[in-house]
Order: sequence, then C-alpha cells, then structure tokens
Amino acid sequence: MTLPFLILAIMTLAGGVAAMTMRRLVHCALALVVSFAGLSALYLNLGAEFAGLAQLLVYVGAIAILIVFAILLTRGGEGEPEGAFSPAGIVGAVVALAVFAVLAWAVETSGVARAGVTVAAPQITMREIGFALMQRYVLPLEVIALMLTAAMIGAVILALREKRNDSAGDSGAAQKQGLRA
Amino acid sequence: MLGEGIIQGLVETARNFFGSYVEKDRLTTVQYPEERHTLPEASRVFPILLYDGDDAAKGLRCVACQICEKECPPRCIHIEKSKDKKPDFVGKQQFYPAVFDIDVAVCMSCQICVEVCPFDAIRMDKVYELSTSDRFGGLLWTKEQLSKPNEYYQKIHPMEAAETDERRVKELAEAQAKAAAAAAKAAQTASPAPGDASGNGASAAAKPATAVHE
Amino acid sequence: MISPGAVDQVFVTLKDWIVFHTPAPLQTLVSIVIEVATIIVVFAALFALATVFERKGLGRMQNRYGPNRVGPFGVFQPIADAVKSLTKEDVVPRAADHVVHYLAPLVLVGVVFLTYAVLPVGRNMTAVNLDAGVLYFFAVGAATELAIFMAGWSSHNKYSLLGAMRAIAQMVSYEIPLILSSVAVIMIAGTLSTVKIVELQARYSNGLAHWYVFTPWGLAGFILFMIAATAETNRSPFDLPEGESEIISGYFIEYSGFKFALFFLAEYLEMFAVSGLGITLFLGGWSSPVSFLAWIPSWLWFFGKLLALLFAFIWVRGTVPRLRMDQLMNFAWKFMLPMTLVTILSAGIWHFLTVAVVGPKPLGGVIRWLVCALVIFVPYITLARVLERGRRIEKRVYRFAE
Ligand code: SF4
Ligand code: SF4
Repeated sequence: MTLPFLILAIMTLAGGVAAMTMRRLVHCALALVVSFAGLSALYLNLGAEFAGLAQLLVYVGAIAILIVFAILLTRGGEGEPEGAFSPAGIVGAVVALAVFAVLAWAVETSGVARAGVTVAAPQITMREIGFALMQRYVLPLEVIALMLTAAMIGAVILALREKRNDSAGDSGAAQKQGLRA
Repeated sequence: MLGEGIIQGLVETARNFFGSYVEKDRLTTVQYPEERHTLPEASRVFPILLYDGDDAAKGLRCVACQICEKECPPRCIHIEKSKDKKPDFVGKQQFYPAVFDIDVAVCMSCQICVEVCPFDAIRMDKVYELSTSDRFGGLLWTKEQLSKPNEYYQKIHPMEAAETDERRVKELAEAQAKAAAAAAKAAQTASPAPGDASGNGASAAAKPATAVHE
Repeated sequence: MISPGAVDQVFVTLKDWIVFHTPAPLQTLVSIVIEVATIIVVFAALFALATVFERKGLGRMQNRYGPNRVGPFGVFQPIADAVKSLTKEDVVPRAADHVVHYLAPLVLVGVVFLTYAVLPVGRNMTAVNLDAGVLYFFAVGAATELAIFMAGWSSHNKYSLLGAMRAIAQMVSYEIPLILSSVAVIMIAGTLSTVKIVELQARYSNGLAHWYVFTPWGLAGFILFMIAATAETNRSPFDLPEGESEIISGYFIEYSGFKFALFFLAEYLEMFAVSGLGITLFLGGWSSPVSFLAWIPSWLWFFGKLLALLFAFIWVRGTVPRLRMDQLMNFAWKFMLPMTLVTILSAGIWHFLTVAVVGPKPLGGVIRWLVCALVIFVPYITLARVLERGRRIEKRVYRFAE
C-alpha cells in the first residue's frame, strides 16, 4: 500500500460517504464527483490509463453533469433525509452488499488473486485496446451501442408523448387543476 | 454559400484593423489631454459675468435686477443687491450686485439666464476642465470668479459678441443723442447753469465705439 | 557559434542542469516543480499579454485606439488590471453556498492548467508524455463544465444559474464535434499520444511538412475544430453564457475581485489550451511548415502559431455578433456534427487511397487530394443548401440607423 494509493483511497471513500450523508442534493452530487475522480485517479495509479481517463471523461464529464441537471430539473428532492433503517436504506444496503459480493467473487476467482501477490501489470497500449474493441469485441460493442441508441430514442419518445397528451387531451382539466392549485 | 458572409465580415474588420494604423481619419477617438476637439462657437458650459474696461468692480454690466435669479430653472443663482448705486455704460445710476454666486454643481447649462438678461451682463463660458477636490466651496463661484472682461467674450464667441457690441453702441449713441437733446433743451430754457449729467454724457460720447464705457 | 539545436533545446538543457545539481532524493520533485511552475508562469504571462492584445486588436477593428495609456503603447495595462482586481473587495452574496462558491474558480483554473500537461510546446518539451494524451486532454477538460456549474449554482442567482445551464448545454453540444474532428487525426496518426502526433507531422517531403492541415480532411477538420473550440471556450460569437445584455455575465456575475480575475484567467487559459491542441493535431505542433525554416527553435514555432490562432480568435470576436440559443444548437447538431462525420469519412478514404490505388507520386497525390476534397465539399454544399432552404437571406435595412 503506497502513499498515493492511500490518499486516493481515502479521497474516494470520503467522497462516497459524503455523498450519502450530506443534506443538500447538489452537495451530494459534487461529493460523488470527488469519489469518481478519486476512482479514476486510482485506475491511473494502477497504470490503466485508458480506463482511468474514460472514467474521468464519462463520469466526471458526463454522468455528473447529468445528475446535476436531473437534480435541478426535478424540484422537491430536498426532503428530510431518511434514517439508515428506512425501507430505502435497507434496499440500498442490500444492493451495495450484492455488488460488493459480486466484485469480491470476481476478484477472488480471477488469476490475479490465485497467482499470488504480484503479477507484472501487462503493458497495454491504447492501440491494442483499439484493436481489441474493433476486432475481437466488435459485436458486443455494436450491440451495446444499439441498445443505448434504442434507450435514447425511447426516452425521447416518452418525453414527446407526455407533451402531446398535455396539449390535446384534458387541457380543460389541467386548467381547472391549475385554478384549484 | 454558407460561410460567405462571415468571410466578408472578416475582410471588413481586417480592413479596419490595418486601415486604422494607416489612415488617421478612420479613428474617431480624440486622445484627450494631448489632442482636443475645437469646440463649435455656440458651445456653452457655465455662465460668466461680463464687465467693460479693466476694472471688474467698476465696469460690471450686471445691475442686480435679479431676473436671471428668478428665471434660472434649478435656482442656482444667488444675488444680493447693493445699497448704493454706480453709473452704467450710458451713465445712468444703477444698482450692482453686492453678492452674485452661481452654484455650478447645480447649474445645468441651459443658458436661460443669458436669454433673459436685459443688460447683456451674463454670458456662457466655454471652459470645461473644472474638476475640483472641494465639492462645496470649489463649485460655488463668486462674483469675482465669474467676472470676465468683454474682450474675453469677444474671443470665445466672436459672432455673438460683435452683435452685442453693435447693439450696445447704438444704445449708447441713442442715449447720448437724448442727453444732448435734453441738454440743448435745458440750455434753451435756462441758459446758465449747465447740469452735471450732460457733462457726463458728453464725455462718454467722445469715447471710441468698442470700449463702450470707462 | 551556438548551433540551432542547442538554442532549440536550451530550456530542456537548463532544466536537466538544475535537476542534475539537486540531491538525488529530490530530483523527481524538483523536475516536477520546474515543469509545473514554468507552465503556470509562461501561460499566465501569455494571458496578461493576450488581454492587452485583445483589447487593442478589437479597438483597431472598430477604428479605436484601444488601451494606450499605461506604459508605452499600453503594454503595462495588465499590471494595472491585476492591481485593480487584487485590491477590490471580494463580495460573496449572503445566500451563496460559501464553500462551493469559493471552490469553483479554483477548480476551474486548476483543471484548465492540468490540460497543459500533455501539450508539446517544443521538441522534448512536454510535461507528461501520455500514451493517451488526447484522451487525457478531453477527459480533464470535461471537468471544467462541473466547475462552471458549481459557480453558477452556488451563487444562488437566477442569472448565474441560467448562465451555467447555457454554458453546460453549449459545452456538451460542442464537445462532440470537437472530439470527432480530432478523431480524424487520431485515425490517420494511429496514436493518441500528442508527442507522437507532432513527430509524425514533423517529417518533410519536397521541403513541405506533413501537417495534417495540408490535407483536405485536415483542413476541414481544423476549421471545424476551431469553431467547436470557440464554442467550448465560450468566446464570441458563442458567448451566450455570458450574454451581458440578457443574463448580465452569466455564471460569474456574483464573483468579484480576484475570483473574477480567476474566471477570466481560466477562460483565456482554456483558449490557449484548446488552440495548443489544435496546433498539435493539425498545425504540426512545434514543427516548421517548410524544411528550410527548421532552424528556428521549436518553441518559437509553437508560440508563434499560438499567437496567430489567438489573433484569429480576436478577429472573429471583432467580426461576428452573438448567436441566439436555437441558432447555436442548430449549428452544433445540424451542421457541425454531420460535417465532422464527413471529415472522418474523408480521412478514411485518404487512408485507403495509397500509392497502390491512385498511382505514383505527383499525379496520384493530386488525385488523392481531389477525391478527398470532393468527399467533403459535396456534402458541404448539399448541407448548406438544405439548411438554407426556405430561408430568405437578405440585407437587413435599419430604418433609423442609416
Ligand atoms: S445656465 Fe441655466 S441653470 Fe445655469 S445659471 Fe443660467 S439659468 Fe441657471
Ligand atoms: S445678470 Fe442680468 S438678469 Fe441677472 S441680475 Fe444681472 S442684469 Fe439682471
């Protein structure tokens, strides 16, 4: 355990803990970003350049912005924080444990854990990753891309239908409701 | 084609960029302390009080009629009439302002005081670099500060000054003619004892036209 | 007589000399500190220079003088500005989220400075030679959006939040063409390392460098890249996030004094960084365009190109008025995105039209060039036609302003 690893690990964990415990949602999101950044720095520290930078690009650059936008566009998220033993808290804990179990199982059964302590990290260049993605794993890549596109189109259609309902359907009712409100 | 307009615009700004180094005419800015615009003749800033001759106290045209004080829209003129009188340019005994203050912090340079003054006593100055570190005393101008000789007025507003001077010469001539006629009448009715006033008028008549009154 | 090579490497030699004369355990640290300090000092100085250049250049484009009072020709104006911003009161709104409000400008400047790590500013003058340099640049650069959000949100001001939203929407939209236009270069170069990309371009045939901007896809890619870069850095005509007339400066409205200056600094640094990347990808980095000028030190080439691009930025700012939000988005998605895809296609065709396909050098090269140019030009014309269809473009007449 080296000093950089220690610092980064503490930063990541602290970010995660802060994301769970802070009162304002935007603060939580920002804390989450700290934890993302720490994670990507951990990858870089391990020599996984591509994974680290992709993590940074996707999570800090895109996901964080997405979260923040979602928080800002949906009002009323700032309720009383629920206790650790509320239903939501219990479900969360179960999910977290499940993820941890899967990851632990994966690490345990992988070659790294079995072969002993130190395995020289393979020197993988960006070129090789590119070749792997474009040749060996091109089908999974395309399938994932297709799935994401489908999801995106679905989201757009969902958003569209809501709008049409508003204008065509019961605008009178909506108005009445507005009046009552 | 898409993008054409932007290229045209870029050419235009490039022409401005290089042109401004070559042609001085393009630059509309005046480098103020070193360069100055020549002000148009009718430009005006704050009022001044005119006097004839060399002595401000003696030759001040203002007769403290207080019309300007009443007409000034923001009421920035303060006049106190004198107790005694002094002769004006035609020799008539008139009051004069013991105090004549203008608060230039309030004055709005409207020139109404100039328009209403029947005695051509108040005119607009062109000096505009008037900043001061004393915002009360420094901006309250007294009679002494306001008094300027007629020659100064002739210099800053030559056309207006010529017109005023001409009119005043005419007025003086009329006054003299009247005085002469009165004197002649007086001489006819009572041949001895010529009055002091006619003597005064006669001496004024001998003066040259521009320097109206001593 | 000092050889050109020695002048070229003078800074590298100097650094090595200093590092050599420090005790062994400190050497890594000293080397890092020297590099970081140099980057900060050089680019901060360039920032100072750029502000006065910008103001003078804009002035001249509008037939004015620009600042010329502080020092000869106004060159000391930045010092006056610095003194002013440092001595101003630092006002923080009472309702602001103090911690986030405080952190936002620091994060922004820090992140922007981080992107400089992979820029090769001269031969052997790259702070970190990463295998995935271009990816690093974009990954770190993406964090600026977060800093801008922090600034806009923490001020608790409608205008700053609106400005931040605009800025993020714009940056997210233009990041795609920005990255896609550099993909063409990465495809042809076959590497993500900035150092290698420059080295590939620093080769000469017939005395002319192999800059990517000399190829049709490179030229188109460069123009698209610079347009997207202008939008990324929120500069005019894409400066809606700051729109003084509608949202009074946007996300940094609630900042004053030194923090405001930091935002300003970050904006210019971003501009230099992205210009530097453009130079690296398309304009051959530190290499000279023709082989007989190769004796000029590499860092002079880099900074010369940077200043030229800076002038282009100023020029565009002095020319084009601000876009509207819908125009901005339409431009990004309907024009920039298809065009970048077309450049990628053209680059692919360029890759496969080797000597074996089009024939030997002089004629074959011309054919290759023309084919690739056509692949870009025809879609461009078509796209322009489609976008302009049904729209009457005519000279505007102003009733009272003539
Ligand atoms: S110029 Fe106008 S405001 Fe000034 S003193 Fe004369 S009347 Fe008053
Ligand atoms: S300046 Fe003119 S109007 Fe004013 S008091 Fe004197 S004579 Fe009368």
